[in-house]
Amino acid sequence: MTPVDILVPVPLAFIVLSLLAPRRPGLILALAVPAMLVLAGWLVTLPADAVRAVGGWDPPLGILLRADGLARIMVPAAALTATLTGLSALREFHGDTAHGPARAETFWPLFYLIWAAANAAFLTTDLFNLYVALELAGLAAVAMVAMGSVQAALRYLLVALMGSAFYLLGVALVLNRYATVDVMLLADRAEADLVTVLALAAMSGGLAVKAALFPLHGWLPLAHVAAPAPASALLSGLVVKIAFVIAVRLWFEGFAPAASPAGLQVLGWLGMLAVIFGSLMAIRQEQLKPLVAYSTVAQIGYLFLAFPIVGAAADPANAWASMSLHAGAHMLAKAAMFLAAGVLIKAVNGGEIAGLGGCARAMPLTVAAFGLAAVSLMGLPPSGGFAAKFLMVDAALRLGAALEATVILLGGLLAAIYLFRPMAAMFAREGAPEPAPGTKAASAAAFSLALTAVLAGFAGGWLSEIAVIGAPFGTEASR
Amino acid sequence: MSLPLPLLLLLSPLLASVASFALPERWAIWRDAANLLSALTTLLLVGALLARAQAGLDSEWRYEFLPRHDFVLRADALSLLFVTLSTSLWLVTTVYAIAYFERGPNLPRFFGFFNLCVLSATGVALSGTAITFFLFYELLTLATWPLVVHKGDDKSLAAGRTYLTYTLAGSVAFLGGILWLTALVGPVEFDALPDLAAVSRLTLTLIFVLCVGGLGVKAALVPLHGWLPQAMAAPAPVSALLHAVAVVKAGAYGIVRIVHHVFGTETMAALGLGTALAALASVTIIYGSLWALVQTDIKKRLAYSTVSQVSYIVLGASLAEPVAAIGGLVHLVHQGVMKITLFMCAGALANRTGITQVSELNGAGRTMPVTMAAFTMAALGMIGVPPIAGFVSKWYLGLGGLQAGAPWVVAVLAGSALLNAAYFLPLLYRAWLLPQRVATARVEELSGTWNLALILPLVVTALMSLAAGLFAATELSPLGWARLIVEGGYL
Repeated sequence: MTPVDILVPVPLAFIVLSLLAPRRPGLILALAVPAMLVLAGWLVTLPADAVRAVGGWDPPLGILLRADGLARIMVPAAALTATLTGLSALREFHGDTAHGPARAETFWPLFYLIWAAANAAFLTTDLFNLYVALELAGLAAVAMVAMGSVQAALRYLLVALMGSAFYLLGVALVLNRYATVDVMLLADRAEADLVTVLALAAMSGGLAVKAALFPLHGWLPLAHVAAPAPASALLSGLVVKIAFVIAVRLWFEGFAPAASPAGLQVLGWLGMLAVIFGSLMAIRQEQLKPLVAYSTVAQIGYLFLAFPIVGAAADPANAWASMSLHAGAHMLAKAAMFLAAGVLIKAVNGGEIAGLGGCARAMPLTVAAFGLAAVSLMGLPPSGGFAAKFLMVDAALRLGAALEATVILLGGLLAAIYLFRPMAAMFAREGAPEPAPGTKAASAAAFSLALTAVLAGFAGGWLSEIAVIGAPFGTEASR
Repeated sequence: MSLPLPLLLLLSPLLASVASFALPERWAIWRDAANLLSALTTLLLVGALLARAQAGLDSEWRYEFLPRHDFVLRADALSLLFVTLSTSLWLVTTVYAIAYFERGPNLPRFFGFFNLCVLSATGVALSGTAITFFLFYELLTLATWPLVVHKGDDKSLAAGRTYLTYTLAGSVAFLGGILWLTALVGPVEFDALPDLAAVSRLTLTLIFVLCVGGLGVKAALVPLHGWLPQAMAAPAPVSALLHAVAVVKAGAYGIVRIVHHVFGTETMAALGLGTALAALASVTIIYGSLWALVQTDIKKRLAYSTVSQVSYIVLGASLAEPVAAIGGLVHLVHQGVMKITLFMCAGALANRTGITQVSELNGAGRTMPVTMAAFTMAALGMIGVPPIAGFVSKWYLGLGGLQAGAPWVVAVLAGSALLNAAYFLPLLYRAWLLPQRVATARVEELSGTWNLALILPLVVTALMSLAAGLFAATELSPLGWARLIVEGGYL
């Protein structure tokens, strides 16, 4: 047995458990956390060529689960994010008298569902399975948004379904053309003909919606603001990354022959526009939570901005690693920031940025969490975000892609503008906020997540080595 | 290889920082003890590092923090000069800061970030590659921001905003510059000049502009200096150590590194960049002095004086002439010691008598004689009165200018000295010779632990600036050291 087999079934089992014992979320989480963390740690240490065919059949009959570098970064990052978000949710929903126990009882099955779906999406190489994972995570996310606002949830649902429809259309075209939906088999068979290009375009369009890539991001700020803080942390940190990982699988693995430089460049442009537009929108916000949500729109942009760089690089190892590092670091930092924002908003009884005065004095741990997360999001050293953006700029400049490099650097500056505004407000002398009862756990969780995101910057070399395991280019020659 | 001394040197302030953040606010004694202990330990570690360097041993520590990019800490002669300066002044300022704040609010935060700043300054000094330098340079920005906004009033918050706008924009330019260079010639290490022959002149010039533009923000080169006078909203210990020493020196030190250890004087001369930089530095020297003249706030006057004086270092580096280089390097130390004295005096005056404006200085010599004596010593040194430290720097810079065939440097120095006199002497005149406007009782400067801890540090640094000038001819003086760096071929 390897962790690859059970990283999906284990959280699925916890869904069942939390349905059976809805009043014991703490106990279930206490079982789930060590199990999942051990599995994730085990995954990282597997030998480089670990591949697992479920049921013992090779594709196309069986389904391949593969622990490549991307999965080895994303699965542990997801485990950490889910663990700490779960811990803070425990307190958030436990003493919630306003909504009664129903809210807590709906949260936990959805929580484990997202965890299972994310692991499935990171490990599987089967286009249809990827669809199922994407869909399950999406539906669970819609339900979580509905805990805050049904209207936002319905809008999100509509958009998400449209995205799924496009993706499924693409899968159908592929199945029709190549008689397989396995990414590894497609890598050998795919040709750059019209059907393949259409299929790739349809799937990418669907994924762009799910990942909230500019200009298809309109649903994200509404949905992520409406959800309760722990849910926002999961949605902004984890769920949007699923679509990104699938896009990587398509463009660089399954359909590499059909992935034309022009197509990659289109994604890159959208990414650049996302960085600029998302940041400008974040700068314009007067409320804390929408600011954090628009920051996600901008940060997702970096992931797609890297596509043409990876595609064109003579030695894509660093660019490839930068994508995984950015996805992982953003997951941790953004989850931390949403959790911290949730605590701050409760303490000052409102989401106005201008009303955050006195927080630095009254709740230093929460403000420290927000600050550390901000450091990583801005891409300032030393942090995981810095390591990722540094490698990205480095790779871009090696290609002579001055525009991309400039946008990455400018994006960091814009992020500093929108993130230091709430920081400065927190340092203001006026105002004496009272930390709401029961938010200590959320602050501690946010701080741990943010600190991990920052410390990841010190392990950039090691993480980059992991990230290029099983990458779709010769890793030995590339170092 | 024995213990990685450079790493321990960073660990010491890190532990003090963690202790300051983590200890409860009311455990002030323990926090003070941790801070002093760490400052002392660091000084001992620097001593050990110097002993190793004396014995000709190399102290280096490296690891691959990103693929193809090493994190390198290396103690060469130049870094030892800077690291000795910052750690000795750190100890002095820690004593001063404890006495300055006594038992005020938000001190865990203050000392936490204060130590992070010292860590960054030490890291800046010890960086062996451009990327490592950038890491610490940026950390310095981040760690100083909470200190600038420490008071939390509108003025501090506005100063913090200006500070970040300037420094982060500068960092982005600097990062762009070094990454561009790295993409062309591979990782830039400071121990060997990179091979720039294959890079076009235009590209090299642009990279130089990006790097020096980025570093020039912290070094407060005109027109990138706007943040510095505003940052005076910060508490006095911050202005003293950070704005006189750590932050602006990090910029100046970075420019010295870029000029001598990345581009090299030959490339600089071939591209005509040395002259351009020298011209910019000269403009800054005169411009800063002119603005200092019209300031009515003591700290602001000192801040514009910093703008002017830090450019001496840049001027020395840009002239591509050994004697001038010695003058620039030695001013790195001399300006630090003198300016920290001035800022600590200004802080002590404001803290104990409420004097913040030039016009309020009348008769201050009678209220706080020891403080004003120290102030006088440092101010005269700044003007360039022998035998105080400032004279030595100016002598070498002027001589270097003549030898480099740039006699206008002497004119700049003379003009600056006149302007320095014009903005410092009125302060001394008011303090010693004019009667008090409102009769204030003499402050018992040297009685009680708090007073003693506030005044002694500035007396020590004032004496240091005298000693640096008096004993300049000895080997262990800053001048002896700067000569060793330049003449020993470490530059």
